[in-house]
Order: sequence, then structure tokens, then C-alpha cells
Amino acid sequence: MQGWWRRDPFFVRYMVREATAVAVLVYAVVLTVGAVRLAQGEAAWNGWLAALRSPGSVLLHVVLLVAMVVHAKSWFEIMPKTMPMIVIGGRRLSATTITRSGWAAAVIASIALFAWAAWWRA
Amino acid sequence: MKRSNAPIFWLLFGAGGMLSALLGAMLVFITGIAVPLGWPLHGELMSYPRMLGFAQHWLGKGFVFVVIMLFAWHAAHRILCSLHDIGIHKGPAAKAACYGAAVVVTAVAGANLFRLGF
Repeated sequence: MQGWWRRDPFFVRYMVREATAVAVLVYAVVLTVGAVRLAQGEAAWNGWLAALRSPGSVLLHVVLLVAMVVHAKSWFEIMPKTMPMIVIGGRRLSATTITRSGWAAAVIASIALFAWAAWWRA
Repeated sequence: MKRSNAPIFWLLFGAGGMLSALLGAMLVFITGIAVPLGWPLHGELMSYPRMLGFAQHWLGKGFVFVVIMLFAWHAAHRILCSLHDIGIHKGPAAKAACYGAAVVVTAVAGANLFRLGF
């Protein structure tokens, strides 16, 4: 049954979605290595920063970035199915509204984080 | 009846899924692309004294720890559930490997962040 998922584009999309979990794990490991290097002192930390600047690392993070966006997309798409039902004014909150609210929250949170990082340069 | 430990893993999975959906992409962009390239953020944003100060503040330390821990547990749980699809039985060995990886990541991150002091 190896490679069963290659038979149908629907299954391929499913497997790509599942693979984004690996990207989340890889990023957690990248940050953990950063924490270890920071605790080892300035020289170790600067070595880690230099590694982050290498083309291979930047490329890896571009892949991780795309995976994170796909991951967020699938998360907000399944949210209406996993959340308890919300009834407002006698009508069930639609799946589209829930998914769009999720996206809106993610955009606002991302802008806030970026704005904070830009402001923190002082 | 043996009490199920599933809700704990589900809670970590759900919290990690939400946090990574909200901030994952921007975090990757900042730490892996914008700062290393020095654009559009300043390249010195993650210099040693700044990051040391960030990680020594309880809020910064807590944020980094929560991000690492929840991302690791979310990924571990989801990878464990996907193993079945590539023909690996979700047995005790697979569980130990997935959740074990999350435990190791959490412990290493926690210990080193703690070691940085307050």
C-alpha cells in the first residue's frame, strides 16, 4: 500500500497538509537550538546567527514559511468542524464566518507581532 | 476503568495548532528571513545583548518557552496520527518516539531558558 496517496490529487493535498506538521516540529527544534546557543554565551550565539544567514537556512525558512501558511489555512478550515456550535440570534454561526474570523485573527496577530519587532529596534 | 490521558495531548495539540496558525508564519519570517537578511527588519534585532535581555525577562522567556513547547507537542501529536497513512502502526513504539521527541524538545528548551537566569 506504499504510495497509495499518489493516486488522487485529493489524497496528495491531504498528505501535503499532514506534512506541514513536520515544518512546525522543525521550527520548534530551530528555536530550541537557539535557546541552547544563547545559554552557551555570545560566541555560540553569534555562530547561530551566522548559520541563520547562510543561504541554506534562508531557503529552509522560506519552505517553513510556506508550510506555516498552508498549516494555518488547514487549521482555520477545520475549525468549524472541531469547534462547539455557536448560535447567535437563533442562527448557527456559519463555517465560512468561523474560517474568516480565524484568518482575520491571524492577520491581526501577525501585523501586531511584526509592528512590535519593528518598534523594538530602539 | 483506566482514566484516559488523551485529553491532555488533545489540549496541547489544540493550543499548539492555534498558536502556530496565528503566529507561526510571522515568527518564521522574522527569525529566519527578515532578521538574517537585514530586511525589512534590522539585522541587529537579534544581537546577543538584546536576545539575552529578551530571554531573561519573564515575559520573553515565557513566550519563547510556550511557542517551542506547544509547537513541538502539536507537531508530535499530528505526526503520530499521520504515521498510519504511511503504513506505520500507531503502537507504543510510535507513541514513545513522537511524544518522546516533544518531551526532549520541551526539556532542552526549558532547561536552557532557565539557565539564562532572570
